[in-house]
Amino acid sequence: MSALTQALWVLLLGSLLGLELIGKVPPTLHTPLMSGANAISGITVLASLTLIAQANDQLPLLVLGSLSLGFALFNVVGGFLVTDRMLAMFSRKSPRTGGTR
Amino acid sequence: MAGLDLLPALIDLGAVLLLALGIKGLSKVSTARSANGLAALAMGLAVLGLLIQQPLSPQAWLWVAIGTGLGGVLGLITAQRVPMTAMPETVALFNGCGGMASLLVALGVALFSPGEGSSGLVEQISIVISVFVGAITFSGSIVAMGKLQGWIDTPGWTQSTMRHAVNISLAVACLAGAIALPGDMAGAPLWVLVVASSLLGIGVTLPIGGADMPVVISLLNSYSGVAAAAAGFVVGSQLLIVAGAMVGAAGLILTQVMCTAMNRSLVSVLFGGALGGAAPVGGGGEEAGYTRITSCSAEECALALEAAERVVFVPGYGLAVAQAQHALRELSKLLENHGVEVTYAIHPVAGRMPGHMNVLLAEADVPYEQLLEMDTVNPEFPRTDVVIVLGANDVVNPDAKTDSTSPLYGMPVLEVDQARQVFVVKRSLGAGYAGIKNALFELPQTAMVFGDAKAVLNGLLTELRSMGVGKKVAA
Repeated sequence: MSALTQALWVLLLGSLLGLELIGKVPPTLHTPLMSGANAISGITVLASLTLIAQANDQLPLLVLGSLSLGFALFNVVGGFLVTDRMLAMFSRKSPRTGGTR
Repeated sequence: MAGLDLLPALIDLGAVLLLALGIKGLSKVSTARSANGLAALAMGLAVLGLLIQQPLSPQAWLWVAIGTGLGGVLGLITAQRVPMTAMPETVALFNGCGGMASLLVALGVALFSPGEGSSGLVEQISIVISVFVGAITFSGSIVAMGKLQGWIDTPGWTQSTMRHAVNISLAVACLAGAIALPGDMAGAPLWVLVVASSLLGIGVTLPIGGADMPVVISLLNSYSGVAAAAAGFVVGSQLLIVAGAMVGAAGLILTQVMCTAMNRSLVSVLFGGALGGAAPVGGGGEEAGYTRITSCSAEECALALEAAERVVFVPGYGLAVAQAQHALRELSKLLENHGVEVTYAIHPVAGRMPGHMNVLLAEADVPYEQLLEMDTVNPEFPRTDVVIVLGANDVVNPDAKTDSTSPLYGMPVLEVDQARQVFVVKRSLGAGYAGIKNALFELPQTAMVFGDAKAVLNGLLTELRSMGVGKKVAA
């Protein structure tokens, strides 16, 4: 199997997995899910890091890679933290209401 | 040697597994928070695996540190500072930055072709997709954010058919750039592609009305996944391809859910222009449209609440804008102490994004089980004494069920017109987000309480306290 076919299989299976995983989410969680999924899409950090690693210390590539890393990490760090902030508000009353019932 | 090759592969597999478990866990309230942490851990693992596979030179580490410092700190600050009401804009901003990252990686590879050997067709196609989708995601997300923040208006020309001509020419320019790119990787075609894609992102987002913006953000979220997957092809990372594909698929599902809730097809959202955004539809834009309006004071409303057994609040985005969630929570506690059964009716698209209102009410400590979804609460309205609509409009419009000429016709709505008495708290009789007249306001059982949601709620609290409501139980 060539690298390309393999990558295409990975693409196909990843898409199918995504469709299955996200099919059944209660509406309450749609906003946190969107924000969480958005944070995951910041996984482009891997591409940015690869670019820096393969730059052979060429300055323009290092700068571009670093910029790209900054944008991606802004997405990742901000995304996960803001999702956590939202979800913390849901979970902090779950034990309390569970107790009163 | 085999062991050394195996370790990064195992780390990658572990990261994919955690990522999938994370996304799955995000679909249940009880596990959502830990699932989010799991996904973040997966991201960390993936980075670790990559650093083992591709060691960095000292100079490279310096630039990694710069990028990490800037992006990480800004992300940290933004995530902590941003108010919950601004969540849709924030997601749009983060999302746009993810697109920009993919765009920059593709640019780097195209301009300086790191690694060895000439680039093959697959790499060229991946670069084209990465640039195209990345640029559209970035510029589109920024426009979406600007529109939600009220920084950008909907220009008149975007509501005419001229926008189709503009966007088609831009798309043709993108295509031309893409076709010419393999011949000249670092030259004019690349820049044509970058500029035309960015403009196309603006051109397709600008005409879309504010009410449809969540759909656009969700779709752009899906695109940023596609952009990440394309970047995965560019740098040859299967992990990136999997994660990008998962997020792309997730965004599509969520977009579809939102369209269904708003009774809009994706095609009409993307190409139909703003729904009554620029020009009033059917003469309903301004106050002139209403003839039989009853208005009442906070005192009358308080009397009705005091006598009620069952009260349902219908919160909308107006409530959040007025920062009145906490006053609402206080009012409902007072009523509960008085023995009134209080619930909240949450429309699937209440707020600016599906689930946004749940987040806002959770912030004000409203117990989770008092939030009723549309299908649960609709059969309850006939036995509800008082409904108070706070800053919601289109989602309670009975025309959506009865008037086949209404632009809202067919959209699932909260059937508050079934309740015995309805109070609508609103600043003026201006049209709702979709720019459509609301038949609810003219029904005999409806009374308007004019004023800012927070001021009205505080007025109600004062009135109820002066009546002695809630004192006995509290003492």
